[in-house]
Amino acid sequence: MAQAKSKKIPLTGDQAVATAMKQIDPDVVAAYPITPQTEIVMYFSNYVANGQVSTELIPVESEHSAMSACVGASAAGARTMTATSANGLALMWEIVYIAASLRLPIVMPVVNRALSGPINIHCDHSDTMGARDSGWIQIYCESGQEAYENTILAVRIAEHKGILLPVMVCQDGFITSHAVEGVQLFDENKVKEFVGEYKAAHPLLDVDNPVTYGPLDLQDYYFEHKRQQSEAMKGALKIMPELFKEFEKTFGAKYDFIDTYRLEDADIAVIALSSTAGTARGVIDALRKEGVKAGLLRPRVFRPFPREKILSALKNVKAAAVLDRAESFSAEGGPLYTEIKAALYDSDIKPLVTNYIYGLGGRDIFPDDIKKVYSDLGAALKNKKVSNPINYLGSRE
Amino acid sequence: MAMVEVAWHGRGGQGAKTASQFLGEAALDIGKYIQAFPEYGPERAGAPMKAFTRISDEPIYVHSSVTNPDVVIVIDPTLLLGAVDITDGLEDDGILLVNTDKSPADIRKETGFKHGKVGTVDATKIALETLKIPMPNMPMLGAFLKVNSIVSIDEVSDIVKAKFIKKLGEDKTRANIEGIKRAYIELKIG
Repeated sequence: MAQAKSKKIPLTGDQAVATAMKQIDPDVVAAYPITPQTEIVMYFSNYVANGQVSTELIPVESEHSAMSACVGASAAGARTMTATSANGLALMWEIVYIAASLRLPIVMPVVNRALSGPINIHCDHSDTMGARDSGWIQIYCESGQEAYENTILAVRIAEHKGILLPVMVCQDGFITSHAVEGVQLFDENKVKEFVGEYKAAHPLLDVDNPVTYGPLDLQDYYFEHKRQQSEAMKGALKIMPELFKEFEKTFGAKYDFIDTYRLEDADIAVIALSSTAGTARGVIDALRKEGVKAGLLRPRVFRPFPREKILSALKNVKAAAVLDRAESFSAEGGPLYTEIKAALYDSDIKPLVTNYIYGLGGRDIFPDDIKKVYSDLGAALKNKKVSNPINYLGSRE
Repeated sequence: MAMVEVAWHGRGGQGAKTASQFLGEAALDIGKYIQAFPEYGPERAGAPMKAFTRISDEPIYVHSSVTNPDVVIVIDPTLLLGAVDITDGLEDDGILLVNTDKSPADIRKETGFKHGKVGTVDATKIALETLKIPMPNMPMLGAFLKVNSIVSIDEVSDIVKAKFIKKLGEDKTRANIEGIKRAYIELKIG
């Protein structure tokens, strides 16, 4: 039964996520505030103080402790969440990997912010892109609405018996985290029903069935445990569509690994994560009016990497530009670009592909910037080659 | 309706962010699509800052800041002294609203803005008389309502009540609404 649509209410992206956490009412939240994630923890602390949730909130002295407390709580069998940004994520690093390797279904909203240095509080994806090999599932959100919905969905993804991996729900710092937009909230009971009660398969607190978490694991079995993480990530690609379907059936919001806009017959396409994709939509509409066949591909899930979905979406595209809001200093382009190119190697389709690193440290990306990318793609199509594979969009030369 | 984009110029602590949000929330309440967001920098009380409101009948997907506002609202008149280029990007048929005791003609001379409309109102004086503190943000919201009928005074007053009654109490909430109404009446356009 689809629920009647409620009125939209004005919320920032951070408030939207805090509201999702309130509706989920996790057993444990351990968090440390950091800009631009602070509002999430601030609002959620209010819910705890007001008795609107039954969560045990653990205010810790650092993010390293936050993730450590989450690992302990999750291993004990509690539904566990935290939230962070940039340097906070960096400080958690050691335990971020441990959470994934212990297969603990922790959900962590991450409000994307540039890593120091120089010190900067604004949006780019260097924080979570750095954590792309940590074994966490990563979902990137275009708006506060999506951040709200994905936070709810992430609980089910993380806790699914066939997955059991922690999930980062990423949204753009300040751009969506601090912008007020109308957000359609779901009925709280429906949310509670959707996430259900969490029953850990092997909780530490089940003293009748004692288990060990995190023992020494050397040449004998470490490799197999890593292999199991790998298989879980691959398995997530197969299982997540079931959860997308159930989410759509329950709430009416359609989800998939990717989102596309006017891509079916597009000759040229921009590939971008999160809020920048929104800015591209208006540019595409304007270009279409001029007869330019422009389109958009927005990966919503970056880990696991939805290779088949991406290839199938790009099958008619002749030239594509991958926009990376992170520099990986590989001298070979940004992280999204290299993965898209690698995916294309084994495929029959061979569009021209180019990379634009943009928006580092919150540098604004305007419709005109994206228009320039499409114009470059048009030129590449005409010349049948890319003039410059790696570009820096909006940076002073 | 095409999208309306409003740029609010103030100094940290003058309530530009609050005003930008109240306008957006009032529009959301009547079914419009909205965005309201401040331009975050090193926030300090007294430092120049900007906030933006976007209102549209269609979903708003753009996520960059506003570069070509339809309406520029200057909450702090000292910003006209050159710290910020107030009319940068303002459309030729745009509207410039300034909190000042000067006339629209004076402001045109000071800013060199030759087109569109210029409106002036002494919002600080209104705030001092109604609210008893120099908080000119709500009167400047009232000035906007005079030049753009996208939302009504009543619709904005509902938001002000919902947001302020618990925080500020009944008297100050009423004083804020009175400030909106007075600026609406006292705005001079030229």
